[in-house]
Amino acid sequence: MEVDRKLLEHVAELARIKLNDDEIKKFLPQLKEALEFFSKLKEIDTDNVKPSFQPVELKNAMREDNEEKCLSQDDSLSLTEHKKDGYFRGPKAI
Amino acid sequence: MESVHDFIKKVKDGEIDIVEHTYRLIEECKEINKEHNYLNTISEEQALDSAREIKIQLKQNKDIKNKKLLGVAVSAKDAICVRDVETTAGSKILQNYKPLFDAFVIQRVKEEGGIIIGKTSQDEFGFGGFSVNVGKGFKIPKNPFDSERSCGGSSGGAAGLTQKLSNHIALGESTGGSIVEPASFCGVYGLCPTYGRVSRYGLIDFSNSMDKIGSIGKTIEDAALLMNVISGYDKKDSTSLNVKTDDYEKYLKKPIRGMKIGIIKEAFGQGVEREVEKNVCNGIEELEEEGAKAEEISLELPIKYGIATYYMIATSEASTNLAKFCGMRYGAVEKLEGSFNEYFTKVRSNNFGDEAKRRIILGTFARMAGYRDAFYLKAMKVRTLMINEYKKAFKKFDALISPTASILPPRFEDIEKLTPLQHYMIDIMTVSPNVAGLPHLNVPVGFEKNLPIGMLLIADHLQEGKLIQLGSAVEHGK
Repeated sequence: MEVDRKLLEHVAELARIKLNDDEIKKFLPQLKEALEFFSKLKEIDTDNVKPSFQPVELKNAMREDNEEKCLSQDDSLSLTEHKKDGYFRGPKAI
Repeated sequence: MESVHDFIKKVKDGEIDIVEHTYRLIEECKEINKEHNYLNTISEEQALDSAREIKIQLKQNKDIKNKKLLGVAVSAKDAICVRDVETTAGSKILQNYKPLFDAFVIQRVKEEGGIIIGKTSQDEFGFGGFSVNVGKGFKIPKNPFDSERSCGGSSGGAAGLTQKLSNHIALGESTGGSIVEPASFCGVYGLCPTYGRVSRYGLIDFSNSMDKIGSIGKTIEDAALLMNVISGYDKKDSTSLNVKTDDYEKYLKKPIRGMKIGIIKEAFGQGVEREVEKNVCNGIEELEEEGAKAEEISLELPIKYGIATYYMIATSEASTNLAKFCGMRYGAVEKLEGSFNEYFTKVRSNNFGDEAKRRIILGTFARMAGYRDAFYLKAMKVRTLMINEYKKAFKKFDALISPTASILPPRFEDIEKLTPLQHYMIDIMTVSPNVAGLPHLNVPVGFEKNLPIGMLLIADHLQEGKLIQLGSAVEHGK
C-alpha cells in the first residue's frame, strides 16, 4: 500500500475536506506512520471470527409507526441564518 | 473528604441558601477559569434560575426533599446537549449552536434537582488524550496541580473542574478512555459505565459503538450518586440496554473480602514510569489488606493490539458521524456560493481543526473500497477476540487492574513534540476496555512530584457495582 499525496488528496476529497499544501506536507508522514502501525492487525488470525459491530449484544429497537410530536418549523429553522420562506436555504444542487 | 451528600443534607435542612450558594459557586467558576480554562460556557442565568426555583419549591413542596441531587452543581462535557446553552463539542463547526432540547442525562440531572452550571472544555469531538486538540479558537485546560502540564483528555475540563470545585459532580464522556485518563491526571474518581447503560440521546457522537457518558467526582460516593441518576433504559437511544438498573450506592463501603482481582501482566514494566508503577502497586496492596485476592493474568490482545483496533473503529465511525457537519441547519455557516460539494468542503475545511481532519481522513481511508476488509472489518473481528479474552478473564476475576496512564501528567512542551501516533499510544491502558464496552473506574492512589496517579479497575459488562465496591475500599483504607 503506497500512501502518497495523490491518495491523500483523493481520500480528503471523499470526506469533503480540502487540504492546503502545508496540511498535506504535515499530514502525509503522520498518516503513513499511523496506517503502517494499524496494519499490524493483520498479524492476528481472524479466520472464522465474526465481527462485533457493537461491544454488547443488542436487539433491533423497533417502534410503532405512529405520528409523534416533533419540532415546529420555526424552531427547526431557528438555528441557521440560511433560510427562506419557511425552508432551509442550501447551496446550488444543479 | 466531604462528599456532596453532606451538602445536599444542608440544603434540605435549610442551612444553605441555595441561590446565594449558586451565585458564589458561579463566581468561583469564573475565577478558576481565568487560569485553568475548564469551562467553554458558564450557564450563569440558567443555573441561577434553577437555584431560585429550588428555593421556592423548598418552601412550598416537601416532595422536593426526595431529590437525589438537590442543589448540587453539575457540569456537562461540551459534547452533551443542554437546552439553550451553547454546545460545541469543543469544535468551531458547532460554535453558537444552542440545542433545542436536553440530552437524556441532562433531563435526569434536572429532574433530580441538580443545577447545570456549564459546559466543560475538551479535545475537539473527543479527539485526544491531553485536551490540547481543542477546536479553532478554544482554550486548552491546564492541570490543577501544575499549569504547565496537561489535565488529560478528552474530558479534561470536567476532571480539572472536579478537582478544583467543591460540591460539584461532572458529566464526562469516554470513547477510548476520556473519563478515566483525565480523572487520573487530576486526582479524582472517573466512572465510565458499560456501553449502553447510560443513554447517548443528546450526546454529540464521535464513535457511536464506543461513546459512553459517565460521572467524575471528587469522591467515589459522588461518582456513584451521579451514576445512579443517569443510568437506565431510554427508548430514544436504540443502543440503550433494557436491563434493570442497579443501585450503585449500596456497593459503597461494602466489604471486599474474597474478591478476586487480576493484575494485567502486560500493563506493568517496560514503558510504565517507575513512580506510576510504585503507586499502583500500593493501591493493589491496599485492596489485599482489605481482603481481596490478587493474582497476575496475561492479556495479550488488549495491550498489544488495543491501540490499532481502537483507532480503526474510532476513526471509521467518526468519519461517518462527522459527515453531518456541513454548514446546513445548525452550527457554523459560510457564504452560500458554489455547488453544494464546494460549499460543504469550504465549511468543513475552514472549521474543523487538524486532529479532526486527520481522523476523518484516516476513517474514510479505513472504510474505502479495497481497504475496508483489511482495516475496518479486521478491527471489528479483533474486537470479538478481545471481548472473548476479557470474558474468559472475568470467569476467574471480579476486576482487572492496570495503571490508568503509564506516565505522570506531561508538560505541554513535551506533548508538542509527539507525532499523532505517539499521542495515540498514550491511551494504551484505556482503549481496550472501551473497545469491549466494559465499565471501568479510575481510583486515585497517590502523588509523586506533587502530581496525582491513578489505578484503573475494569469489570465485566454491567458490573459497575464491583468497581465501586473496590474503589471505595481503597478510598476508605486511606
